[in-house]
Amino acid sequence: MQNSAKRFFANLGIDLRLMGMIGALVLIWIMFHITTDGRFLTPRNLFNLSVQTASVAVMATGMVFIIVTRHIDLSVGSLLGLLGMVMGAVQAKILPEYLGLGHWSIWIITVFVGIGLGVLIGAFQGWVIGYLTVPAFIVTLGGFLVYRGAAWWVTSGQTVAPLDPTYKLLGGGAEGTLGETLSWALGVLAAIAAVAVMVLSRRTKERHGIRVKPGWAEGTLIGLVVALIVGFTWLMNSYKVPDRAAARIAEARGWDVPDDFTMNHGIAIPVVILLAVAIVMTIISRRTRFGRYVYATGGNPEAAELSGINTRLLTVKIFALMGGLTAIASVIASARLGAVGNDLGTLDELRVIAAAVIGGTALSGGFGTIYGAVIGALIMQSLQSGMAMVGIDAPLQSIVVGMVLVLAVYIDIVYRRRTGS
Amino acid sequence: MNTQTPLVEMRDMHIAFGGIKAVDHVSVDLYPGEVVGLLGHNGAGKSTLIKMLSGAYRADGGEIFVNGEKAEIHNPRDARRYNIETIYQTLALADNLDAASNLFLGRELVTPVGFVDDDAMEAECRKIMGRLNPNFQKFNDPVSALSGGQRQSVAIARAVYFNARILIMDEPTAALGPHETQMVAELIQQLKSEGIGIFLISHDIHDVMQLCDRASVMKNGKLVGTVDVSDVTDDDLLGMIILGKKPEGVAC
Repeated sequence: MQNSAKRFFANLGIDLRLMGMIGALVLIWIMFHITTDGRFLTPRNLFNLSVQTASVAVMATGMVFIIVTRHIDLSVGSLLGLLGMVMGAVQAKILPEYLGLGHWSIWIITVFVGIGLGVLIGAFQGWVIGYLTVPAFIVTLGGFLVYRGAAWWVTSGQTVAPLDPTYKLLGGGAEGTLGETLSWALGVLAAIAAVAVMVLSRRTKERHGIRVKPGWAEGTLIGLVVALIVGFTWLMNSYKVPDRAAARIAEARGWDVPDDFTMNHGIAIPVVILLAVAIVMTIISRRTRFGRYVYATGGNPEAAELSGINTRLLTVKIFALMGGLTAIASVIASARLGAVGNDLGTLDELRVIAAAVIGGTALSGGFGTIYGAVIGALIMQSLQSGMAMVGIDAPLQSIVVGMVLVLAVYIDIVYRRRTGS
Repeated sequence: MNTQTPLVEMRDMHIAFGGIKAVDHVSVDLYPGEVVGLLGHNGAGKSTLIKMLSGAYRADGGEIFVNGEKAEIHNPRDARRYNIETIYQTLALADNLDAASNLFLGRELVTPVGFVDDDAMEAECRKIMGRLNPNFQKFNDPVSALSGGQRQSVAIARAVYFNARILIMDEPTAALGPHETQMVAELIQQLKSEGIGIFLISHDIHDVMQLCDRASVMKNGKLVGTVDVSDVTDDDLLGMIILGKKPEGVAC
């Protein structure tokens, strides 16, 4: 029985670790669904969960590269705070002076400034790590303190608000979604793209004479992926916007609507951002030389060096990428709150590292996947939200999350030992 | 004996680590279609000497000539540009990647849009492995799952695939069984006949006597001498390695 199940999954080309993570996630969800009397697996809660996961998950994709190359980044939470403060000041204090309040380009310039600064700071950290050979643990521990302090200096500790209205849409909420029509359009498009990619990849493999999965397995896999995409879209499109808010939005947008007008949320914009980031990062990790070098360097730094890979420059690039992703995460986090306070992103570095590690990224280097990190972030957030809904005290929540982290890594170690990878 | 231009000439190479002269003013050369053995105890400096040629170390001094022209080799990429390929004793494989990724590491085949073309690389990998090690089948496993001999053949394939002119083999048979050792010996003969020059680092005298045309012996970072293998006996070579003594009546 066990063997036939194993063969079934082997044919599908889904590894057991992925199955394990999804199994754990489903288990957690069902457990909370029961203990919250059916409030957990609702469109409303899953919508919120998806939005709450986005910021940490975006950073976790970058943390995968960092941990794969045997580094660590303890500074992302503080950097997220600093970048949030800077972007808050840029959009609320600086740009309105030149462009006027509510100018259409404010949010765009703000986001670019944030990403640019994030990349610069990340690249600098990477340079200190790669070229000056100070261990990443120390450099980013320093950064952890420096950026939190620097965030305070931006506004002398004052909370920045209100943020630009368009910018705030990037954080989700009733208005910050694609809406029903666009969500369906995106869902259908994504499903078609996924099918196309899988079919094309099969064709190229066949052309090169490389053995492919059996047809039924490929078919099942395609069916699963399409069901997942369509199911998610349908779910997000079944979360109704409260009538009064819907009426307000319709009025603000100048729609002429009947009295019994209702609208649904659809996919939240931060989730769209997360999906885009995850897809791009997956392509980078699997289809670019840069990604290949990241894994090669993590597997055997000396071999990478001898193969002509400039591992120092690679370190700079990896941390620059992390900085850019932290800026994107900062946009999501600050836009969601609608204001930037001094404590934005506090402890996020630990959530991000935990997400990557729960997602199967090995601290010894060389192994880790983008989808794993995203699922890891989702597991962490599910635990946290679920416990909050059940009404577990905050200190106990920390205790549980901490123990789950250690347990997850232990299971991963056992798994690796068994499979010999 | 040879009037051709040497394929490689290393002149007066020296390098020190923290005051220890690992390689102390050593000169060696290599002609097309020739196998030169580098012999010596552990720590004699043979691997260090060769790492200056492969770009892994930067020499403190000395000059390298490739085809009679001065070559600037500061890193492994430079060495590869001169068609110098190296099979390291440690094999230098990324254990977490599969055979094809290791074969093309640093020189990936890419699609027109610039993405790595894994399928094409796997197909090429299957071709060359079919030639070098027909029994090899584990194309989709990380190389950590391979046996010592299979790993070795991946490392060899990497050096051979890219049309090396100069091949450095650092203890290529150390981890191999008799059958695989024989395969390496045949491969060396074949590469030799294609006009490739090979530096073979070894501390197995029999390997050297069997496979090499000349042997350069090192001791304590210095070159004891270079001899034609056909002019000397096993004992002569042992004397050079152990005592640093040049055999009598042989031009060094």
